[in-house]
Amino acid sequence: MADPILSLRGIRRSFGPVEVLHGIDLDLAPGEVHALLGENGAGKSTAMKILAGYQPASAGQILLDGVETQFHSPHDGESAGIIMIHQEFALAEQLTVEQNIFLGRELRRRGLLDKAQMRRLSREYLARVNSRVDPDTIVSRLSNSEKQMVEIAKALSRNARVLIMDEPTAVLTSREVEILFAQVDALRAAGTAILFTSHKLDEVARLADRVTIMRDGSVVHSGPADQITEDGMATAMVGREMSDLYPPKPGVAPGAPVVLKVRDLSVPRFAQGIGFDLHQGEILGLAGLVGAGRTEAMEGLCGIRPKTSGSVEIHGQPVAIRRPADALAQRLCYLTEDRKLRGLLLDMPMRPNLTLQALEDFTGLLIDRKAEDRALDQAIQDFDIRGSRTVRVGNLSGGNQQKLLLAKIMLSEPQILVVDEPTRGIDIGTKQQIYAFLRRLAAEGHAIIVISSEMQELIGLADRILVMRAGRQMGILSGEALSEDSIVRLALGVGDAKTAAETAPEVTA
Amino acid sequence: MSDTTAPPRRGFTLPPMTVIGPVLALVLLIVLGASLNSNFLSAANVTNVLARSAFIGIIAVGMTFVITAGGLDLSVGSMAAFVAGLMILVMNAALPTLGIGLPLVLLGMGVALLAGLCAGLLNGLLITKLGIEAFIVTLGSMGIYRSLVTWLADGGTLSLNFDLRRFIRPIYFDGILGVTWPIIVFALVVIIGEIVMSRTAFGRHAAAVGSNEHVSHYSGISVARVRLVTYVMLGLLVGIATILYVPRLGSASSSTGVLWELEAIAAVIIGGTVLKGGFGRVWGTVIGVLILSLIDNILNLTSLVSPYLNGAIQGIIIVLAVILQRGRKASS
Repeated sequence: MADPILSLRGIRRSFGPVEVLHGIDLDLAPGEVHALLGENGAGKSTAMKILAGYQPASAGQILLDGVETQFHSPHDGESAGIIMIHQEFALAEQLTVEQNIFLGRELRRRGLLDKAQMRRLSREYLARVNSRVDPDTIVSRLSNSEKQMVEIAKALSRNARVLIMDEPTAVLTSREVEILFAQVDALRAAGTAILFTSHKLDEVARLADRVTIMRDGSVVHSGPADQITEDGMATAMVGREMSDLYPPKPGVAPGAPVVLKVRDLSVPRFAQGIGFDLHQGEILGLAGLVGAGRTEAMEGLCGIRPKTSGSVEIHGQPVAIRRPADALAQRLCYLTEDRKLRGLLLDMPMRPNLTLQALEDFTGLLIDRKAEDRALDQAIQDFDIRGSRTVRVGNLSGGNQQKLLLAKIMLSEPQILVVDEPTRGIDIGTKQQIYAFLRRLAAEGHAIIVISSEMQELIGLADRILVMRAGRQMGILSGEALSEDSIVRLALGVGDAKTAAETAPEVTA
Repeated sequence: MSDTTAPPRRGFTLPPMTVIGPVLALVLLIVLGASLNSNFLSAANVTNVLARSAFIGIIAVGMTFVITAGGLDLSVGSMAAFVAGLMILVMNAALPTLGIGLPLVLLGMGVALLAGLCAGLLNGLLITKLGIEAFIVTLGSMGIYRSLVTWLADGGTLSLNFDLRRFIRPIYFDGILGVTWPIIVFALVVIIGEIVMSRTAFGRHAAAVGSNEHVSHYSGISVARVRLVTYVMLGLLVGIATILYVPRLGSASSSTGVLWELEAIAAVIIGGTVLKGGFGRVWGTVIGVLILSLIDNILNLTSLVSPYLNGAIQGIIIVLAVILQRGRKASS
């Protein structure tokens, strides 16, 4: 391997009394794609932030071209050609794409902004990532994947020598992932050193030249990517043999009562004519491409957004759900896909977050704080939530946030639970815990709807899968028909007549 | 990372600067005042400072809830003037029929509370139902109430009937065991406010709504209702403050309550409530109110600095308080 551009040697990092990195070594070489793997909380993000100058190391050396250096700010890192793309985008939402690409280093001509030149270059960079976004678009109007492409265009404009990407594919559709990979290949050929994290091991196997695996703040494996299997990666990450990721499906008992009956559910602009029956003990998957209206349909069901039509029966009783509180009163709970913006109060500690939705259970005239503390003790134990209970929950790792969110929802004792992307951006060990938990809930007699963009997850977890496309219900798959192939056909609308007959919407009446 | 599940800390640890900062400032002011003027700690002066603080203080407690829930109300000063004017007009008008006595006073109080409630409800409905920014709505209503009271007074002063004024003077000047009514009411409002903020579901919901309204909505909280209630509460408290204020001078004019809104907001911020919402503490607001009144009082009692510089010193304190708040964010 060529001499590394950027290296970490014995890097340690402490937050207060807690050391989260225990002496990390890492080498980023030109023309090499390096994957950094590990469970949430293993220290990947911290290591990357130290590399890019977002956080100082507590001890150890950073070597740039073999010379010890210190980054006091991300600006220092950027000047050295080290660009980091965050999982949560660092774009100014109210500015245009072009303004964002040149933010902080605007081109000038005779003291004034050279808009023509910046626009021309922006188009060029965007064209290189096959993005059709107009440089004049306001960033807040872009989809997540378009924002990702703008971030990469921005990195290109800075002539990155080292490009660091925190889960670049988490929000992308598979087509966009291909574009990203092609761009990564081009950058690799041009001699850029690339570091990325991902929870998708097949991507890692496909893209990476070198793999470094972290666990609990230490590097446990580092070596060429072709010398480790996906299974080996997973084992190294969790530090134990991965048993089957998905719990066994016992199947819905014949004659299990219908808990939730939905007919002709429509949410303006997003979904029309959704109808299904959900049985006790069943996990129903909800599949479709990003933007198919899955989330919006379920939010409409749960009273979070207005719906124009639809009849809902719970245990055979027609119910009117107009507000979230109505759904909660029926013990119908929705667990959001967006834990940071819609799920948790990031500035508050665990306790008020846990009890927010079920606060009345803890309140006579006053809030019973002791009861809240007991509930938190119980939740920390039941859901294996790790982290300090006194810090703001925004500082917890993604997996622990998700577990806390799950604990919060479960405190409302739902009988019907809608979970939206329950494992997005969390590590494989926590995923397994969440799958097992959902299956156990179903076995206890709850009825569950799982929305997911990961087909493997739905196939592994769900008893039946409802597929949506562009706001419409394309069919419900069950039994033998649960395959990626049939889901994709329905989701893309290319199902032939035969498949369509087999999978016709089970509910039309 | 399981080792980070820290047990609750035992033993004495110094509270963070944001908690001790305002308390420390207040203690320093008291020490300074006492060392500069021997009358500073006299019962008469303490009563005077506390009673004068009561109007702003009662309003500031309500403002704490509004700001914690992510709102703002600029109209409280002119609302107080308008409510005072209305109360005086109604009492004067009802004087011939009811005569001087308790029923007339109760009528005046009822009018003040009702007017405050309606004014708060109007602000709240415009903000929550029509979705207009709180700043804009209350900037508008600030102008409306100010102009209404000027119009009611025909550009001059609305005065309570002379005998009536003498009858209700005790509401401001008398009390129980030497503690005057404004101080008693202020204390009650603070105690109830602190309990509501820190110990009830409503207080928790107000902070949640101010912290992130989406999360609150998804958690089944009626965001609009929580916000509306904070404005109605504030309106009612403006009514209560007015009931205590009118007996003091027995009049209202276009200059009544000028800048009260800014003093109330300043007290809330000095007390450590976060201006953009999500965190509020009523006891802090009380300290903020006392700090502002003590600065005024000390400048008046001593010749150290010209009392005309009062505003400048208060301004510095406000900016310092916000810098302290920022320290809190950076450390967490």
